[in-house]
Amino acid sequence: MRVDLKNICKQFGNVVAVDDLNLDIKHGEFISLLGPSGCGKTTTLLMVAGIYKPTAGHIYFGERIVNDLPPKDRNIGMVFQSYALYPHMTVFENLTFPMQLQKVPRDEMKKRAQRVADMMGIGHLMDRKPAQLSGGQQQRVALGRALVKEPQLLLFDEPLSNLDARLRLSMRAEIKRLQFELGITSIYVTHDQVEAMTMADRIAVMKEGRLQAYCPPDELYDRPRTLFVAGFVGNPPMNFLDVEVVRENGEYHARRAGFDVVVPADRGEKAVDRGNVILGIRPEDVTIADDEGIAGEIYVVEPLGRDDLIDVRIGEISIHVLADPALGLRMGQTVRLNFNTHKVQFFDPQTENSLLWTD
Amino acid sequence: MREMQKLNNFLRSIPLHAVIIGMCLVWLLPTVGLLVTSFRPVQDVNETGWWMILAPPQGSREYRQFCGSCHGDDGRAIEAVNLADPEVISQYRRSMYLAATFNKEFGGQIHIEKDQRPSDQEIADILAYLRRLSGLEKRPRLWLSNYIDALAGFRGRPGETYTEECAKGNIIPGERSCNFFKDMTTAPAAMGRAFINSLLVTIPATILPILFAAFAAYAFSWMDFHGRQVLFAILVGLQVVPLQMTLIPIYRIYTSLGLNGTFLGVWLFHTGFGLPYAIYLLRSFIGALPRDLFESAYLDGASLWTAFFRLAIPLSLPAIASLGIFQFLWVWNDLLVALVFLGGTTPVLTYQISSLVSRFGTGWHLLTAAAFLSMAIPMIVFLALQRYFVRGLLAGAVKG
Repeated sequence: MRVDLKNICKQFGNVVAVDDLNLDIKHGEFISLLGPSGCGKTTTLLMVAGIYKPTAGHIYFGERIVNDLPPKDRNIGMVFQSYALYPHMTVFENLTFPMQLQKVPRDEMKKRAQRVADMMGIGHLMDRKPAQLSGGQQQRVALGRALVKEPQLLLFDEPLSNLDARLRLSMRAEIKRLQFELGITSIYVTHDQVEAMTMADRIAVMKEGRLQAYCPPDELYDRPRTLFVAGFVGNPPMNFLDVEVVRENGEYHARRAGFDVVVPADRGEKAVDRGNVILGIRPEDVTIADDEGIAGEIYVVEPLGRDDLIDVRIGEISIHVLADPALGLRMGQTVRLNFNTHKVQFFDPQTENSLLWTD
Repeated sequence: MREMQKLNNFLRSIPLHAVIIGMCLVWLLPTVGLLVTSFRPVQDVNETGWWMILAPPQGSREYRQFCGSCHGDDGRAIEAVNLADPEVISQYRRSMYLAATFNKEFGGQIHIEKDQRPSDQEIADILAYLRRLSGLEKRPRLWLSNYIDALAGFRGRPGETYTEECAKGNIIPGERSCNFFKDMTTAPAAMGRAFINSLLVTIPATILPILFAAFAAYAFSWMDFHGRQVLFAILVGLQVVPLQMTLIPIYRIYTSLGLNGTFLGVWLFHTGFGLPYAIYLLRSFIGALPRDLFESAYLDGASLWTAFFRLAIPLSLPAIASLGIFQFLWVWNDLLVALVFLGGTTPVLTYQISSLVSRFGTGWHLLTAAAFLSMAIPMIVFLALQRYFVRGLLAGAVKG
């Protein structure tokens, strides 16, 4: 089912939670709403669910405006952060509760519940109460309950945030595979950019109720439209420094005190002669060399296992670099940095919009 | 080292244990006393305290001291004067008759020398014991007669019981038919009738306010409507209205509606006065249930109504149970409202007990039995519902 949000606004008293949001979700697509807490992503989800009514704008399911449709008639499956399992019911009763209300015949109810439970690997837990289950099992029951009514739309509200790291990883893959197999249109709310990047077909980044970007993960990563998106997506986060871009002898230089790199013409020309601009570069696009490059002093070395995260100080600016642990870098050591200038980003410090990727 | 620590812990917990045991005793002693007394024959109640229940009967010590050496412990040692024969003992209706025999001579010897004779009180005790020994007054240490008398509303002279009088065929029309179940439900002073009336008053007067309060609490917590806060504040404020203040106005209203002396009137009254507190308590409980649960239920296709009955009610059972106990006890023990609106035509237990006190002064055997009858139901209710007090019903509903 297609879902369209058109100019959605939601106000609570004087607080604007969601401001003029436009989203189109294709049939069978898995999109993610990403943003820090309080950015309006859960509010948006609850409006799609029908629990909140938008203050303005329209929500379309297919061709139909559903603003006034009560939640029970929307045929939506939702997985809550808290799981929201009914504590006084067994797993079986939890799974069949939606079907009981839909007046599904008993036999079919049992069959469907068992099928979903087997699919989720909880078939042997049917007689337990939620309190007797582990976090991962509760999560599976919640997911099963959302799926068992064969919904047209699946909503996830940070479903993995209560699981431990290892379980989160495997559930992440499982949910993605499940969604792919069932082909149910899904909206996944998270504040964890890794989750959003790994799972979603498209990511909608929100900040303070406004949509910042809505595009596939790789585009979000390589072509961030705003400073916020650039800083929010990617781990460790992008380095930002104030520079001035000038043209000298046909080359574009990004400069500041103790810092001077040549940037490719296609990127440099968009930032040239604008006074101060913000240069962004990801830690993995900076390499450490012995002989040439910009000199800096290693302030701190944080081993991450596969890489070392190095904080290099050049004058008063600090740049994070991912380096090979085999280099055996030490704190206080002087190193030279090479920048993969094909990956630099430029942002306007006033509007915080990208200078490279504006339409 | 570990022994030292154990000893230390033990010593440290002594004061706490002492206090707990003390509190238990303070509660238990009067209750046990009441229970024991309620099973004792009225004469025993008048003679000795309940803690003497296991002591030898009154007068036995005196008997052994003054008479036992000649008459024997069972009173049959002297064949001519068999003290175990009721015929013999029935001649001595008063202790002075017995005292008179001490001066007589038997076989050339004075019965008892003057300086060895028992005092008047001791003679009375000995006679009481002889009446028991001879079987003239046969009564067990504990019996059920008090309960039977209380239930059937039997009021006899001391020593008479319902069972005996009926065995003799003493039927008093309009008061005693000697059909136990009929007397229990119709005799004017019968506790049985009052017991049923109390149940008829209390059960609806407990269920109604809790049901209405649950509706209201759910609406106040989970439904959006105008004036919700104001209405709730007013309801909570209503708790300060003293019940006594409204007796006369409501009595007048009931008179015009013909509700005086009806169960419906009492139900409504208790419902009205139970509601504010019940709503207050249930609202804080139902309002504290996780919002996600209800949202999930709505998405699962539940209406407000279904969410109420399938989620809110089962999940707030602990609160409903404790509220139920409070309301039940309050209505069950209430005298004022029952007295005003039901009176003596349909007496409840409290009314019947109070009339027992005024009419018969110290009818302790009946009072204690009646008191225990009225305690039985609250105890059952409390014990049956106490497991709902245990918290943790919500464990696992919402993680974190």
